[in-house]
Amino acid sequence: MSTTVNVAARRGFLNAAVAFKKTGGARLNKHSGTDVFLEFDDVKKSYDQKSLVVKGFNIAVEQGEFITLLGPSGSGKTTVLMMLAGFESVTSGTIAIRGQSINKTAPYKRNIGMVFQNYALFPHMTVAENLGYPLGVRGMAKADQRKRISEYLDLVELGDFGNRYPGQLSGGQRQRVALARAMIFEPTLILMDEPLGALDKKLREQMQYEITRLHEQLGFTVMYVTHDQAEALSMSNRIAVFNDGIVQQCAAPAELYEKPANAFVAEFIGENNFIEGQVDRIEGKHAIVTIKGEGTITAEAAEGLVAGGRCVVSVRPEKLFIHPSTHAHDHDIKATFVARIYVGDFIRYYFRLADNKEIVVKVLNDLSAPEFGEGDVGRLQWLTSDCIAFPHSGEMPGVTG
Amino acid sequence: MRGFPEYFTIWHIAGHYALRGIAYLVLAFLIVPILVIIPLSLNAEPFFTFTKGMLALDPDAYSLRWYQAILTDQKWTLAIWNSFVIGIAAAILATVLGTIAAVGLASPWMPFKRVITALLLSPMIVPLIIIAAGMFFFYTTFGLVGTYPGLIIAHAALGVPFVIITVTATLTGFDQTLFSAGLSLGASPVKAFWDIVIPLIRPGVISGGLFAFVTSFDEVVLVLFLAGPEQRTIPRQMFSGLREQINPTILAVATLLVILSVALLVTLEFLRRRSERLRGSM
Ligand SMILES: Nc1ncnc2c1ncn2[C@@H]1O[C@H](COP(=O)(O)OP(=O)(O)OP(=O)(O)O)[C@@H](O)[C@H]1O
Ligand SMILES: [Mg+2]
Repeated sequence: MSTTVNVAARRGFLNAAVAFKKTGGARLNKHSGTDVFLEFDDVKKSYDQKSLVVKGFNIAVEQGEFITLLGPSGSGKTTVLMMLAGFESVTSGTIAIRGQSINKTAPYKRNIGMVFQNYALFPHMTVAENLGYPLGVRGMAKADQRKRISEYLDLVELGDFGNRYPGQLSGGQRQRVALARAMIFEPTLILMDEPLGALDKKLREQMQYEITRLHEQLGFTVMYVTHDQAEALSMSNRIAVFNDGIVQQCAAPAELYEKPANAFVAEFIGENNFIEGQVDRIEGKHAIVTIKGEGTITAEAAEGLVAGGRCVVSVRPEKLFIHPSTHAHDHDIKATFVARIYVGDFIRYYFRLADNKEIVVKVLNDLSAPEFGEGDVGRLQWLTSDCIAFPHSGEMPGVTG
Repeated sequence: MRGFPEYFTIWHIAGHYALRGIAYLVLAFLIVPILVIIPLSLNAEPFFTFTKGMLALDPDAYSLRWYQAILTDQKWTLAIWNSFVIGIAAAILATVLGTIAAVGLASPWMPFKRVITALLLSPMIVPLIIIAAGMFFFYTTFGLVGTYPGLIIAHAALGVPFVIITVTATLTGFDQTLFSAGLSLGASPVKAFWDIVIPLIRPGVISGGLFAFVTSFDEVVLVLFLAGPEQRTIPRQMFSGLREQINPTILAVATLLVILSVALLVTLEFLRRRSERLRGSM
């Protein structure tokens, strides 16, 4: 199928584009004033007047940005979106669009497009009538409406489906109608709450591509909610990682992956190994960490690290190499082989460190993939720039995956 | 003939046929009194029984004279007119109020939901004669006894519970995000309600309205208490007809009512199927 090839090629391109935009990420974090389009200023939300579900949400979004809220279930992502759409009140703080607070604006006057998770298409109206509804509400002439409707039907590649009822469409087609309906009145901001949650993997990838294409073509700003991190990484300009009502880190996908701000983000995004240790001393941007049975290693120091305190050092499985390897390395520790799992394009090796914690190594399935017997001792190597020391916060995860 | 399972004894089979016989008997007891009035209403003689000519299927023994009598007797035409005017007005009033009440009661923020529901449904449970007596004394204070508005309001109160029940039933299947979607597309709450909520709960609204109409249409107790001679309805006229002039006019009226009821039932069933289709499609 040519579309699938297209999607794959497109996504490769997008990842490159996203990596390119990464440098701008830090600047976007600041409240920069002039070109800020949407701004959340210390927004808090409580449903029961006792506990806060959102505890001080700050973000400044530029016109045309694709922002994703990513976080575990119940972390307050939908709540943030509902406050922005006007369906939930703000407990304190302000939400502003182009510098104007919208806290007191009724939902139907906000002119914000919304794609609901269950599509929310009107079942008693045809696809064309669904698309025409926001236009009719705005008093557009019938002839203009028809033109606009067919234009947007073509945009989502549903040109011949105008006279069908939503009940007569497939899941992916309904999703595209919902998307077209949210865009047709040309809102400058579109919200999407897990819009692809109900679709199967293949359709989801196709729709991810569709959404990115439309976003680039039409230039609207997107606030997107998902708990699928692959989706977030491949589609967004910036991702706000949510946990416990707080933004843990808001950065471009590559930065989030390479330079997680804290152990939660390091664990939540992608797969990671955590090695426990003690901070010996801090030298500028680096921490010298004592690892049980291995002496000291050097790691990038995360914020909040103090000399003498306990810490965890994170290393991604694909940044670890098994000796002998041709890759450059700064560290070299001994580990006992436990198991080897064949995954196809790569192989996962499980090792045990001196403190009995397990560690995973991902090796590309090529001729250099080594063989081990149970209990053999191997050596794992990595670069200082690939490991980060975070302050130890109570319960720490071992191997994640 | 469908065969019985092989382990069936003679008693099983006897039981099977006995059950079937009883079921038909019950059905007959329910239906025959209604069906029998139809040929009787065509009686050429002023009797409530089948004449010899009728049993012999003699065409001269049948006539439409009692139907003609209804249309020429001013008392009956007034009663028919009254029944429709009061029934339709009460049904409209009950439908509007009942729908609004049901929508309000469906909201998760509605306080005292159970108490209010019980209160609104009480006309269905409280004996009619008590309601009638209460209304009589209450309405006298406002000069509503013996007036059309008085009777319409009273019948609307009886019809509201049916509307609440049918509309609530359709609302439970209603997806609230559709309403939110309407708002997000720029429709004001009132417009979104008209364009999105009403069309989707319409089957419930209409069947509630029909129930309210039928309730008013065959109601006689409230009419006895509250109506003056000007507001006599069909059931009230039949009531006095039974005492004053025993002839098949009443049967002719009854036949017309049966036909009307069947038409309403068919409408209801049609609406139910339609709403199932609509809902099944999403
Ligand atoms: N209407 C409500 N009343 C009370 N509490 C609510 C309400 N809606 C959400 N909550 C609570 O607020 C918290 C955040 O909910 P929210 O729906 O924003 O989570 P989420 O991040 O969207 O999760 P998910 O990924 O599962 O959709 C949850 O603990 C939830 O129980
Ligand atoms: Mg949610």
